[in-house]
Amino acid sequence: MDSFLSLFEQYDVAAAFWVNIQLTFWAAIWSLLLGTLLALFRISPIASLQWFGATYVNIFRNTPLTIIIAFGVLALFGQLSVSLSSDFNLNFFRLAILGLSLYHAAFVCEAIRSGVNTVPLGQAEAARAIGLSFLPAARLVILPQAFRGAIAPLGNVLIALTKNSTVAAAGSVAESAGLMKTMIEFRSDMVIPIFFTFAFGFVLIVIPIGLLTTWASKKLAVSR
Amino acid sequence: MTRDPQSSTTASASHPPTQPLVSLKNVNKHFGELHVLKDINLEVARGEVVVVIGPSGSGKSTLCRAINRLETIDNGEIRIDGKELPAEGKALAKLRADVGMVFQSFNLFAHKSILENVTLGPVKVKGMKPTAAKELAMSLLKRVGVDNQAQKLPAQLSGGQQQRVAIARALAMQPKVMLFDEPTSALDPEMINEVLDAMVSLAKEGMTMIVVTHEMGFARKAADRVIFMADGQIVEQATPEEFFTNPKSDRAKDFLGKILAH
Repeated sequence: MDSFLSLFEQYDVAAAFWVNIQLTFWAAIWSLLLGTLLALFRISPIASLQWFGATYVNIFRNTPLTIIIAFGVLALFGQLSVSLSSDFNLNFFRLAILGLSLYHAAFVCEAIRSGVNTVPLGQAEAARAIGLSFLPAARLVILPQAFRGAIAPLGNVLIALTKNSTVAAAGSVAESAGLMKTMIEFRSDMVIPIFFTFAFGFVLIVIPIGLLTTWASKKLAVSR
Repeated sequence: MTRDPQSSTTASASHPPTQPLVSLKNVNKHFGELHVLKDINLEVARGEVVVVIGPSGSGKSTLCRAINRLETIDNGEIRIDGKELPAEGKALAKLRADVGMVFQSFNLFAHKSILENVTLGPVKVKGMKPTAAKELAMSLLKRVGVDNQAQKLPAQLSGGQQQRVAIARALAMQPKVMLFDEPTSALDPEMINEVLDAMVSLAKEGMTMIVVTHEMGFARKAADRVIFMADGQIVEQATPEEFFTNPKSDRAKDFLGKILAH
């Protein structure tokens, strides 16, 4: 037991998890914004926008996240010198957020589209009939109902995002998965407890997300 | 602010009193192989109440929905107040604002209160001040007898109440013409009259109305003209009295025989 506790004196596990939470937080916001925009493209009456939305989703949903994150560091930064901060570590942190956001936006888009499918066609027709054009109709009538119908699938995307934030280790961000690798290397006597520590850490973060989204999807459901 | 005299003369020149408010010329539409509207010609005068009846699948709902372009047409011409229906975009939205529509399934905005349902159009489409829109909405809700439900959500109201709110929502845009697409078909029998009463009083006030319905009572009470459609064509049109007592076509006789038999 003492040697297990000594792990936490030797390594700052909480700080590493905090990095994952921050990655998740920012990537959640950006992917929600981008995903909503993509969903708007996909339901818009303009064919070229529909095409762009569909193509984006197909490319990013079907590319492994590790490749996207590695591309950010090795190609965007390494080859093309795209830098999101002059601070070395902050740059990698932001590149990881960029990769996570681009990837999960595809899933957010599809979750919102599934929400749009919960809105009866008559709602859009009624909006058009009082003279609302596409954007106001989407903003005032369709999306507010679609979001409320998409809370559960959006929650699933958020849960996946939380766990996928560990892939940022591939992008040189010092977060929990990276720390775990280091700890296993130097404390091979404690391999199994180290694994369980990190597994438990994620379960602790993810369970409230699941509970919250289940509660919210019931609470906010549109009654028809 | 000076008024542009030229635009006002053009406006009045394009609105002679005899010009029909709604006119359809040689309108055709297909759903795949099915020819649902066959060369429809129809003119509706300002203030006229037209009831469209016919067996299901006759194209009457499609006709109604084509007038504010919820259904596109293959060819032909539809004009509202002299202006041809724009294909899409802002111009179409603007025209739709002048055409009120009441649906079979009410289609009230499910996430908004009754009051918000009625104020949304005036505020967001016409740019009316929220306080003025609220005042207008409350007076319209009072007129259709649901002002005491203003703060509720649509799902908390009965079907008849929801449909009356839908009428108020359409009226709030101060439309030139109102379209009703089977407004009582989804209602329980005891709620049909409350909706029809609202429609009859609207007709008496001089609103131009095109009503797709099977309610013969409404047609007799409020309609100036009955249009009988079958198989995508206008088969017969006459005053309600004449149509119901003395239908000319076999198709209409057959249809009336079936619905009036008991």
